[in-house]
Amino acid sequence: MPPIFGVLFDGVAYGTLLFLLSVGLSVTLGMMNFINLAHCSFAMLGGYVTVTLMNGLGWAFFATLPAAFIAAAAASVGLERVFFRRFYNASDLEQCLLTIGIVFVSIAAAAYIYGTDQQPVQLPAFLRGSIQFAGLNFAAYRLFLIAVAVLITVVLVATLETTRFGAQVRAAVNNQRMARGLGIDVDTLFAITFALGSGLAGLGGALAIDLVGLDPSFAFTYLIYVLIVVSVGGLGSIGGSFAAAMLLGVGDIAGKYYVPAIGSILIYLVMTVLIMLRPTGIFGRR
Amino acid sequence: MTGATIAEPREYLQAQMRWRWGEIAFWLATLLPFVITPDYLLLASQIAIAGLFVLSLDLILGFAGIVSLGHAAYFGIGAYTAGLLSKWGWGEPLSGLLLAACAAGAFGYLTSFIISRFRHLPLIMITLGIGLLLQEAANSASWLTGGFDGLQGIHTWPIAGRFRFDLYGYAAYAYALTVLFVIFLGARLLIHSPFGLALRGIRDNSLRMRAIGAPTHAHIRTIFTIAAMFAGIAGAILAQTTETVSLEVLGFQRSADVLVMLILGGTGRLYGGLLGAIVYMVARDQFSGLNPQYWYFWIGLLLIAVVVIVPNGLLGGLSLLTRRARAAPP
Amino acid sequence: MQRLLCGLAGCALTLLLGGAVADAEDTVKIGLIMPYSGQFADTSAQMDNGIKLYVKQHGDKAGNAKIELIRKDTGGIAPDVAKRLAQEVIVRDHADLLGGFVLTPNTLAAADVSAEAKKFMVVMNAATSIITTKSPYIARASVTTPQLNHTLGTWAAKNGIKRIYTMVSDYGPGIDAETWLHKGFKDGGGEIVGSVRFPVVNPDFSAFVQRAKDSNPDAIYIWVPGGAQPAAVGKALAERGIDTSKTKVLGQDVLSAETALKSMGDAALGIITVAYYDYNLDSPMNKAFVKAYNDEFHRNPDFFAVGGYDGMHLIYSVLQKTGGKTDGDSLIAAAKGMAWDSPRGPMSIDAETRDVVQTVHVFKVDKVGGELRNVEIDKVLNVKDPGHMTQ
Repeated sequence: MPPIFGVLFDGVAYGTLLFLLSVGLSVTLGMMNFINLAHCSFAMLGGYVTVTLMNGLGWAFFATLPAAFIAAAAASVGLERVFFRRFYNASDLEQCLLTIGIVFVSIAAAAYIYGTDQQPVQLPAFLRGSIQFAGLNFAAYRLFLIAVAVLITVVLVATLETTRFGAQVRAAVNNQRMARGLGIDVDTLFAITFALGSGLAGLGGALAIDLVGLDPSFAFTYLIYVLIVVSVGGLGSIGGSFAAAMLLGVGDIAGKYYVPAIGSILIYLVMTVLIMLRPTGIFGRR
Repeated sequence: MTGATIAEPREYLQAQMRWRWGEIAFWLATLLPFVITPDYLLLASQIAIAGLFVLSLDLILGFAGIVSLGHAAYFGIGAYTAGLLSKWGWGEPLSGLLLAACAAGAFGYLTSFIISRFRHLPLIMITLGIGLLLQEAANSASWLTGGFDGLQGIHTWPIAGRFRFDLYGYAAYAYALTVLFVIFLGARLLIHSPFGLALRGIRDNSLRMRAIGAPTHAHIRTIFTIAAMFAGIAGAILAQTTETVSLEVLGFQRSADVLVMLILGGTGRLYGGLLGAIVYMVARDQFSGLNPQYWYFWIGLLLIAVVVIVPNGLLGGLSLLTRRARAAPP
Repeated sequence: MQRLLCGLAGCALTLLLGGAVADAEDTVKIGLIMPYSGQFADTSAQMDNGIKLYVKQHGDKAGNAKIELIRKDTGGIAPDVAKRLAQEVIVRDHADLLGGFVLTPNTLAAADVSAEAKKFMVVMNAATSIITTKSPYIARASVTTPQLNHTLGTWAAKNGIKRIYTMVSDYGPGIDAETWLHKGFKDGGGEIVGSVRFPVVNPDFSAFVQRAKDSNPDAIYIWVPGGAQPAAVGKALAERGIDTSKTKVLGQDVLSAETALKSMGDAALGIITVAYYDYNLDSPMNKAFVKAYNDEFHRNPDFFAVGGYDGMHLIYSVLQKTGGKTDGDSLIAAAKGMAWDSPRGPMSIDAETRDVVQTVHVFKVDKVGGELRNVEIDKVLNVKDPGHMTQ
């Protein structure tokens, strides 16, 4: 098989990671218009939970994944109750600054507790190495990532499309005022969705360790990629996040393979142009 | 009737333009470092540069409502222009400033066409994107910019042929302070003019402004270009007084820092930005002496505290206190 | 009234002068300028540890002078801040000499201050060649990038590697490394089959490693900065199925640093790196150094630590040689030609270029006692900086 399939595979795997990290932010932004720049701090939290459980307490890798999800979700519930709730109607700027403050504090706390080094994790043996197929190498871990992402996407879409809860979420994203008028408890709905979204970010953070590493600056570095996915994909749209994440993942890796000289600029250029052409994103509303 | 309705706004503006005691005291206080703390003149010159940069951001953020995460782009262009000019043999500071202002202003004018069309998240992302693109481009063009190592060979000529930028910082601070003051006067004039009022209208409700016929896009382009010029001048002063320019002048860190300084002090008040710059730079200088690693922790807490407790920044909080004190019954 | 004023003036003058004179006789103040906070905090921690260990072992007196360290934090890459801190530490704190210097842009900015104020400056890490040309008072106790990479290139060509594919980070130090590796390799008769530069912030190397693999070289040379990247490189190598016994993987010291090896795991076996120091060096002096370092700081030293350690040795030695004189001219004259034995091996300061001359080691990653370690497989003695030779 020509190398392009290997590149596509790697790009898709990277894209699924970005999707996991971004989908929570996209839905909560679409629902409440609350700019939560601390989203990747939850991801980072999930990552560090996994590291602590595996390296400190000897847990198995798979057991730490639900723990990462729950820890991030719990932290987000706490923060939402104490801080975020009061700022739903505040200006963009205030929300940005509040959440940037939280990012700074989280980075410093992570540096204090864990140091500034990379955190290594030893994956179970069957996830390491690669599978040879048709002359190309398919990394086992990337296959695992894609499988997890597909599973989660199916669950998410199924929830949204078939359950009552999902219908309420869709209604609240579409038109918050009307939803409230119909008696839907948007605030509780939002709290639940926020927790789920942050939990997913935490899971993403845990899964990211082996792909891209974990250190205290994770909260900032990946924030930029997540913001790109969310703005390009459109707020409040799972499909949009998925498409944008794939576009970003594949574009990034293909760009680096075929034109390494401008590989890094490509992402920012594509993002800027796309947002200019479609400010509400590919699948965005309004 | 016409006379009465025109006179009121004019009187309002004229009343705003009058110099208050606090302002005069503030500017006199900026001369104190020369006498009281001559060892800190270099820090003072850095604060003056930061103050000018924050002022330029206040013009677009505080007065026109444009949230930008990439304002350092114009700062960096100004810095590199002045640096390159000096490297290529022309080290005269004032003409360097002028050229830097033109370069940054030109880029600001071009990008303003894009900026004026967006708001909220798309605007934030586009300003971020422009900043990141410019930094990557500067890194790639290392034959021009010196890349990671920074621009070498900058040598600034003494101002008016006499005052050299030396180790002690007298000339640096005097230069930076003078330019800051002159530009501040210009900004003050701008803000307390009909144009300034129009900007505030655009910030608060751009739809309504369009409804009454104001050319909102043109106004935004104008103020953005002016702000870009001021940012470029700040960058040029940095390049000239420190004789160093490296990629971080264009970086996200610088854009974030200036935003933090502005919010800290309070937007839309001109003096808020200056106060924020002073507090932030002094705090950073002192904190990094004590416990450098955890500087981010304290600044994060400070940011959260400011947003939660004094949303209008320190100056906003101060004015609230003075208003309460005045309103309190005797 | 006049007499009172004269008296006061006299007192003030005496106090000032007395203070200054007291400083010169009793204490020598060293301004240490490093990025103590931010993303390079750990490197500064190691360098500072090396400095602290030297002072602990040799006392805080160099000859007659008492050593006082003044630490200043640049916060990361910030040449304007570094320059201001250098100026302030000299003007405000009356530092007699400057030390530290992890990052090149900061070092270049501070060099201007050293030249203007005529202060002796010891560079303990920054590795770009031109640094020592920026001020006649600079001596370097660390390494230069050409020293390492030119040597590796020549070594590779001599040791059976004919075709090489290079990949470096697209910024100063990476490009420097690429230039000098190519030079050394081509001069030794080898062929560069391809080269690529990746963006500085690059989480994923799989595409680049695939490209390298496609051109079928004898060896792949990789240069990345420390942090997350060595681990990501190791993963990409494993995923793409690079067998280090068939396709050699070459790199600079950072690629096989202790934390990098831990993150890469067994994927790192067989990687060949060039370095001026690794804690696994097998000499009695190094073993003692590593033990003392571990006792004090509970971790192994790296080249940042040894840079700090040797830098302090240089400072102590020149102060002893000048008998306590702290002006720039005396100190730099004393530094020229100074030679001593360090945990890294024998080293000296070149009398003309004021740069470091030392042994360059070639290491291979192997499993020693169940752990991944760098094992020395070759070395080149008395390597001068080739970067100066082309000027």
